[in-house]
Amino acid sequence: MGKFTKAQRPSGATSFQDLILRLQRYWADQGCVILQPYDMEMGAGTFHPATTLRSLGPKPWRAAYVQPSRRPKDGRYGENPNRLQHYYQFQVILKPSPPNIQDLYLDSLRAIGVDVANHDIRFVEDDWESPTLGAWGLGWEVWCDGMEVSQFTYFQQVGGFDCDPVSGELTYGLERLAMYVQGVDRVFDLNFNGRRGKDKVTYGDVFLQAEQEYSRYNFEQADTKTLLAHFRDAEAECKALLAKSEDRKRHLMVLPAYDQAIKASHIFNLLDARGVISVTERQGFILRVRELARACCAAWLKTEAGGSMLDACRDAHG
Amino acid sequence: MAELLLELFSEEIPARMQTRAAEDLARLLGDGLKDAGLEFDTIRSFATPRRVSVVVDGLPARSPDVRQEKKGPRVGSPDAAVQGFLKSAGLKSTDQAETRADKKGDFYVALIERPGRRTPEAVAEIVPAILRNFPWPKSMRWGDGRLRWVRPLHSILCIFGGKVVPFEIDGIRSGKETRGHRFMAPKPFSVKSFDDYAQKLRKAFVILDAREREAIVFKGAEKLAAKQKLALIDDMGLLAENAGLTEWPIPLIGTFDESFLEVPPEVLSTSMKAHQKCFSLRRGDKLANRFIVVANLKAKDGGNAITAGNERVIRARLADAKFFFDHDRKVMLEELVPKLKEIIFHEKLGTQYERVQRVRVLARDLAKLVRADPDLAERAAILAKADLVTNMVGEFPELQGVMGRYYAIDQEEDPMVAGAIAAHYKPVGPSDDVPREPVAIAVALADKLDTLVGFWAIDEKPTGSKDPFALRRAALGVIRIVLENDVRLKLHDVTRAALQKWRQIPKGAVETHAGLLAFFADRLKVHLRDQGARHDLVDAVFALGGDDLLMIVRRVEALGRFLDTEDGEHLLTGTTRAINILRIEEKKDNKSYNRPPDPKLLKQSEEMVLAKAVDEVERAAAAAVTKEDFESAMTAMAKLRAPVDAFFDHVTVNTDDPALRENRLHLLNRIRATTLTVADFSKIEG
Repeated sequence: MGKFTKAQRPSGATSFQDLILRLQRYWADQGCVILQPYDMEMGAGTFHPATTLRSLGPKPWRAAYVQPSRRPKDGRYGENPNRLQHYYQFQVILKPSPPNIQDLYLDSLRAIGVDVANHDIRFVEDDWESPTLGAWGLGWEVWCDGMEVSQFTYFQQVGGFDCDPVSGELTYGLERLAMYVQGVDRVFDLNFNGRRGKDKVTYGDVFLQAEQEYSRYNFEQADTKTLLAHFRDAEAECKALLAKSEDRKRHLMVLPAYDQAIKASHIFNLLDARGVISVTERQGFILRVRELARACCAAWLKTEAGGSMLDACRDAHG
Repeated sequence: MAELLLELFSEEIPARMQTRAAEDLARLLGDGLKDAGLEFDTIRSFATPRRVSVVVDGLPARSPDVRQEKKGPRVGSPDAAVQGFLKSAGLKSTDQAETRADKKGDFYVALIERPGRRTPEAVAEIVPAILRNFPWPKSMRWGDGRLRWVRPLHSILCIFGGKVVPFEIDGIRSGKETRGHRFMAPKPFSVKSFDDYAQKLRKAFVILDAREREAIVFKGAEKLAAKQKLALIDDMGLLAENAGLTEWPIPLIGTFDESFLEVPPEVLSTSMKAHQKCFSLRRGDKLANRFIVVANLKAKDGGNAITAGNERVIRARLADAKFFFDHDRKVMLEELVPKLKEIIFHEKLGTQYERVQRVRVLARDLAKLVRADPDLAERAAILAKADLVTNMVGEFPELQGVMGRYYAIDQEEDPMVAGAIAAHYKPVGPSDDVPREPVAIAVALADKLDTLVGFWAIDEKPTGSKDPFALRRAALGVIRIVLENDVRLKLHDVTRAALQKWRQIPKGAVETHAGLLAFFADRLKVHLRDQGARHDLVDAVFALGGDDLLMIVRRVEALGRFLDTEDGEHLLTGTTRAINILRIEEKKDNKSYNRPPDPKLLKQSEEMVLAKAVDEVERAAAAAVTKEDFESAMTAMAKLRAPVDAFFDHVTVNTDDPALRENRLHLLNRIRATTLTVADFSKIEG
């Protein structure tokens, strides 16, 4: 019961890494720049400046990348078959969202071996909101036979600013998708490298120890005093960097400032997992991070990549 | 006469918005056509996950010519008035207006002639206007466009009499093409009429009518269940949601491991419903280890892969649920109570923990009134909210109370305590049962009264259609619990008692107390009216004051029965007459007639009989009312009928003798006063 027979198992990506490689190949063919993961801890691929900041301003942009996502609270010491404090998201951002974006997405499922003639793909309402980024959008969670395999969002606002044009964001939960494609019930049993026998490397071989160690750190050992100090430092540094170019028409250090906002957000998540933030304080922390993100987004709009050059040119030509 | 067909084809519309969208589209288009002078026979609208459609039958080819006269200002009025008139009538100068005369002099009249237009021309203006202002609960932009729609709009089909009505909105040109099912018939095709449209959609695996999709799901699910000798657990909301998630619904039956049946059935059903919109099945009255999932695809393999996939997801979900259930049971409910300090009930009303501390004392007070064991009532109140901090309720908030009951049973709490934990939220709606068991009644009343008194104290009352804290429901809950369990409760006292449980009585609370009682009175009236009681009888009893809900209702019932008798009917006529005469004369004389009549001035025998009768009846009725025997009070009242009738038949009130007249008015007042023992007859409509 419940197991796939051989005939039912979707043919396609046979390993975790093959899934990533296929998605990268597919989205590269759609004209995306294939980026590597951002080198900072973050809760979701949306925090990557390639999404948060690039979704603002008038310039077209297409990117795809894997982003390791850290959710300290979701750690289960490696004992839960689905929950991880560190997992991979595959993130695609298409700006402006093309009219055939749903078809592009469905083709990407075909590319990783999902047979849409035998599987029930559904777009189920799910509006997205990130209180810490001051961002929201409308879209769906995409179901495959009742399992959520992706998040599909049309960004309406980021950092409190209207997205114009609107970006389409696709987020694939890679582990879940791989478990589905491989017909595996426990994430640690995923075949990572596609080899068989003694050459096979599983997801557990790569990440199980990390899940156990980080769960201990996140829940028990992270020094909250130090973290609180780091939070304040990151917050102060972010504001200071933005203030340094505040008096000019253009902003010159938005990306370093935004790094500090990402850092503050992650530290908040760690503090939350340590259980030292009360219900009332929680809202306060979220507001502080949102304020940083908002300020960075405002500053981004005064940079070249944020489109300020275009405005200047337009002004110059009257 | 011709047919107009419009279809707005988009990306997936949220299931919960589809029905409303179809209704709004029909309403807006109908209004738009009528405003343009276009009458029609019928208008019908439909929605699927990817389209909202409307068809209008019996439209003329063009709208009729309209000739309208518009009256303007008088000749010689200030220039601003004249110019305003010319502008509104679309005239350049007064030369273009007619001048007419009435009694007061000359005035301008504009003759506005609006020639009829071809219907497609009007439609081509009406539809884009509707699209730009469509009342979606939430709408969005996409790409670099400016249009807002619920999700990206892809195409517009608009044909009148089989021909395209041409228009363009934000780069989308109207046409006669649509598409079928996303996977089974993705190619575009063109249509000639509504019948053609509905038929071709069906061939392209789209059932246009949501009710038909619901029927397919329901019948299909029942059939699958029957094959395995199971029964479908009805859920209308879930049926509608599935119809909103599919264009071509195919119910499939799946299985989960029998060992999950150790978990309470509510948990399994809720998990399957919340995450995968699946129906539960039962064998006899027990949950079966089967489920129905509704696919949107006629799969090549007959649905095997879809069923297998859903079974895997359900297995993972139920494993989560089982983990929560096992894990939660390791902690005693009592140990969870302090964690309620972390849950804010309302920012001005403090935490759930503080609330529990108030409710436990109040439940104890109320226990005496409902013959419940005060210790058990307090125990139940202490534990009632503990499940809010369990894993299971964190995951499925709708299982609050239900889980608390299971955990309490597991921890060998008294069965009445366990039952009260689940039942204290009841009734959750007008059709839900009320708690029946005394301990549950005490906690349920305490919980609701604390809520009402609290929100009243911080002035968060329901206004119009807004009732974010469901206070009307709470008040109705109190009313129904009281009435359906024959609970004697002095509302005044219990709300005051509830207020006293606050360590700090919020400011202004005392003044709002009367307001809360009036709110209860209002809710009771609404409730009784819903039950079919005459609103005037409710008013007649309410006018006497009183705050014992059960007694008020008993009185209304007895009064209703009495008025249905011949005696009652006559007495009402007589009393109304007395009241009316008094009202007129008291106003005329500018004084009240409220003294007992002077026996020496009673001249006619009918007067004497009536005077004696009112005294006797009043005494008897008052005694009966004191004993809360409203039937006897009414029977006593019936004895007034004959003397009142005789009085009016033979005695003239407004005689020339002022002393006699006054005395008779005082006697009439005795009728008014006596009937007030049971109700204010002046509020009763004859």
